[in-house]
Amino acid sequence: MINTLIGDLGHASVIVAFVAAIVSSYAYFMASRQKVIASGDNSWRKLARGAFYVHGAAVMLVIFALFNIIYEHRYEYYYAWSHSSNHLPVHYMISCFWEGQEGSFLLWLFWHVGLGVVLMNTGKKNKVWEAPVMAIFSFVQIFIASMILGVVIGDLKIGSSPFILMRDFMTDAPVFAMDPNFVPKDGTGLNPLLQNYWMVIHPPTLFLGYAATLVPFAFAIAGLWTGKLTEWVKPALPWSHFAAVVLGIGIMMGAYWAYETLNFGGYWNWDPVENAVYIPWLVLVGAIHTMIAYRRGKQGLKASYILVIASFLLILYATFLTRSGILGNASVHSFTDLGLSGQLFTYMAVFAVLAVALLVYNWKKIPTTEKELTTYNGEFWVFIGAAVLCLAGFQVLVTTSIPVYNSFMGFIGIESNAALPADQIAHYTKFQLWAGVGIAILTGVGQLLWWKKSEKGNLTEAFMLPAMLTLLFASLIIVLSKLGVFAETIDNPVYITLLVAALFAVFANLSIILSLLHKKVSLSGGAVAHIGIALMLIGILFSSGYSKIISQNTSGMLYSREFPDEINRDNVLLWRNTAVDMDKYKVSYQGQFQEVKGVPDYVNRELLFPTADEYKALARGPIKVADKVYFDTGDTLELVSPENTYYKVEYKAREGEESFTLYPRAQVNPNMGLLASPDIQRFADKDLYTHVSSVPDPNEEKDWGELKEYEVAAGDTLILNDYVAVFNGIERIEQVPGVELAQGDVAVQADMKILGEKKSYHAHPVLLIKDQMMGRVPEEVADLGLRLTFLNIDTERNRFKIGVNATQKDYIILKAMEKPFINILWIGTIIMSIGFVMAIVRRKEVDSKQAPAPQRNRKAQAA
Amino acid sequence: MKKSHIIGIIVIALAIGIIMTSVGDASTYVSFEEAIERAQDGDETKVHVVGRLKKDAQGHIVGMNYDPLVDPNYFSFTLVDTNRFEQRVVYFNPKPQDFERSEQVVITGNMKQDVFVADKILLKCPSKYVEKEVQQ
Repeated sequence: MINTLIGDLGHASVIVAFVAAIVSSYAYFMASRQKVIASGDNSWRKLARGAFYVHGAAVMLVIFALFNIIYEHRYEYYYAWSHSSNHLPVHYMISCFWEGQEGSFLLWLFWHVGLGVVLMNTGKKNKVWEAPVMAIFSFVQIFIASMILGVVIGDLKIGSSPFILMRDFMTDAPVFAMDPNFVPKDGTGLNPLLQNYWMVIHPPTLFLGYAATLVPFAFAIAGLWTGKLTEWVKPALPWSHFAAVVLGIGIMMGAYWAYETLNFGGYWNWDPVENAVYIPWLVLVGAIHTMIAYRRGKQGLKASYILVIASFLLILYATFLTRSGILGNASVHSFTDLGLSGQLFTYMAVFAVLAVALLVYNWKKIPTTEKELTTYNGEFWVFIGAAVLCLAGFQVLVTTSIPVYNSFMGFIGIESNAALPADQIAHYTKFQLWAGVGIAILTGVGQLLWWKKSEKGNLTEAFMLPAMLTLLFASLIIVLSKLGVFAETIDNPVYITLLVAALFAVFANLSIILSLLHKKVSLSGGAVAHIGIALMLIGILFSSGYSKIISQNTSGMLYSREFPDEINRDNVLLWRNTAVDMDKYKVSYQGQFQEVKGVPDYVNRELLFPTADEYKALARGPIKVADKVYFDTGDTLELVSPENTYYKVEYKAREGEESFTLYPRAQVNPNMGLLASPDIQRFADKDLYTHVSSVPDPNEEKDWGELKEYEVAAGDTLILNDYVAVFNGIERIEQVPGVELAQGDVAVQADMKILGEKKSYHAHPVLLIKDQMMGRVPEEVADLGLRLTFLNIDTERNRFKIGVNATQKDYIILKAMEKPFINILWIGTIIMSIGFVMAIVRRKEVDSKQAPAPQRNRKAQAA
Repeated sequence: MKKSHIIGIIVIALAIGIIMTSVGDASTYVSFEEAIERAQDGDETKVHVVGRLKKDAQGHIVGMNYDPLVDPNYFSFTLVDTNRFEQRVVYFNPKPQDFERSEQVVITGNMKQDVFVADKILLKCPSKYVEKEVQQ
């Protein structure tokens, strides 16, 4: 039966949330007016708060309703049907919550509610700011809530409701014409690429980052609007740090996920969707720096306004890019166009116009200092740094927006066929690498100048040690590489420049931390974060710049020699059980495995007899790992994900004892083709990254050769396809997997042993008589490419007929590459985050002390 | 001049430089005819071509060749662009799985001698992200 109650409840809650946001926004707006504040009348504020709490409660109800629909498998709802299925474990049900656009908008709404509640209830100072900031918060919520409203006014559809029923979404499907109450038995499931734990944690982190960028923006706008043009920076600063660290971690989670799960062999593809969130992050970091500079020297307020506003507007632009469908062919991530592009554009435009108008109106009133900055001033370099960050962001923005230019030109009638650069990675890298060099040098120079007195003497001293250490380490690394300690020599001048710059950043910031150790280590958050960034740059330099494909096809067999320069030999063919030389390893493909519940290792597919339920299989033999037996023959096994096959690839070092096994994974998905995930062997100094590029189509019928018949007696030896086999005899069996035997049915199996290259195989083809008809159950030995059929018994002469077919052996096409020092990238990310957190904690400390904060800062910094 | 003005000019100059380089790096969607012209003019820049696979009367794909047992890194097929021009395309990588099911194919590369050498293939599979069929 169709349950419309929960959907109606959810839909109604969305409407309540929408209306409550309007009320709250209006009430907070009224509460911010000068008259009201002066009069001390709290009624508007109380109303606004109440409305926001109602809004929050409504949002929670919406979440509850949607989760209930997914959890209870209510497939009459389109969202549950298209994003979940019966077999989905609970933690993936959480992630399918945000697989669809509506769900991810809901996630965003939720985070804003959380942040809003925190803002409303923390900080004494915030009482002054609460009304205007929350007014903007609620105003934003109106727009986001409108995205999932799902209300139709005349011809205009506003929002896309997550609670739409199947029959209302698929009005053309014939099944609903016949039976309007039809409920599908199962959903189409979560996109297989999204079925891992990253899908559970990456989107919430990323969306919290998006949500958090609203806070400094709201403060800035509130400052402009209420005329408190300078005081907003102090409360906004820790929130900016928070937004930057959460957004940064969210982005890097995406990178790590792509590395671990997708098979393009990297962690960053400069895909428009990736770029869309990278740009606002850069601008936000720039904003943080100008705000810090402002707090120290009262310069950079105008810049801070511009950058804080820009970072939020760029988040809206990113939302527009990724969700409006405008990217179309240009991105692998493009979501379907839900018809929301008009709304998204409006959302972005309203805030852009509002913010720019307010800023322009107040521009002259914003205090600026006339004092000229010298190059010996730390703040000067901070501003240069912010400029570099913005230029880097600008560069990515210009190229990534090419599809938007196309659309826009099309809108005004000019045809334009511009496409993104053919080699995106090279294009972006050539700019961003130099931005990285610039940033690295600037963090070093800037930090040293910021913390030391501006006397020349001290300066040279301050720079001396880091500069020397940098040159020392850089030379050491280059020399070691030339001596062959690393896999490749480092002689590319561009890379060397980046290495030197990053090392300088590390040592300069280290020296700052050391000098702060005996004062207040908590002040060194910035230095720690900078070291993190520098390490990330080093990690990227080595893992991308020196990434090496080791699966070069050295077989010498090439299809064509038409284009010797283009020839790409990155993939290698591995026949089952035949070892191939690869770099310093001998690699062999050893078979197909599956994941079985309750067994700690992968189980060979040949041990699994499939049943009608694809999630269950019967054990053909004892399931053992090491020496422990987990299941016995005949037991029913539960398969975790039957559609995924794990290909066992064994690596043995050619010199030495080292050996390891990797299990790259693949599935052939009916909608999406081959989905391969790599397996990675992690070493301290590199990662070995392996994935399958192609497998023989599992859906294609195997081509079995001609049947060869052999007449044998018990104990005979025969040669099957060049393999020696022994026929041991027959025995009667009581059970045949997959066949129901009744009274009077007889089944016998032939016991055969075949000696392969490395081990012997047992085959038991079955001959049975069921319902007085003869049936045969052949057995395949996949490793040898043989199929044995028990054809006949000649009871008089005690001889048996065995039939053998041979087929082409199993193979995989493999690609393997080395990623040197990639761990430094991940370690750098963690260190950067620690630095941010230290800075947030320090700001909170400083702000909560009674003494005037700027004075104290200055004292501590000047010491 | 004030220092900040100098910096400002440098920033603007860099920004203009960025725009110009990006325009130069941007590629275009072209037809095979144009790709051939470019190659003949000595222009080696990479372009994008949108097309469909060549099929026979029964709907089977014609002119596709991938034999991993011989060379896993060689895949060739015939693509028909929007002007109905048929062109042989070579891709030095394994065949993307489910290539046969794609409605539209976007290739990136350039013409070399008589063949289009593709660096990248982007497949547009039917209703990739939106489920439209209800199975009973």
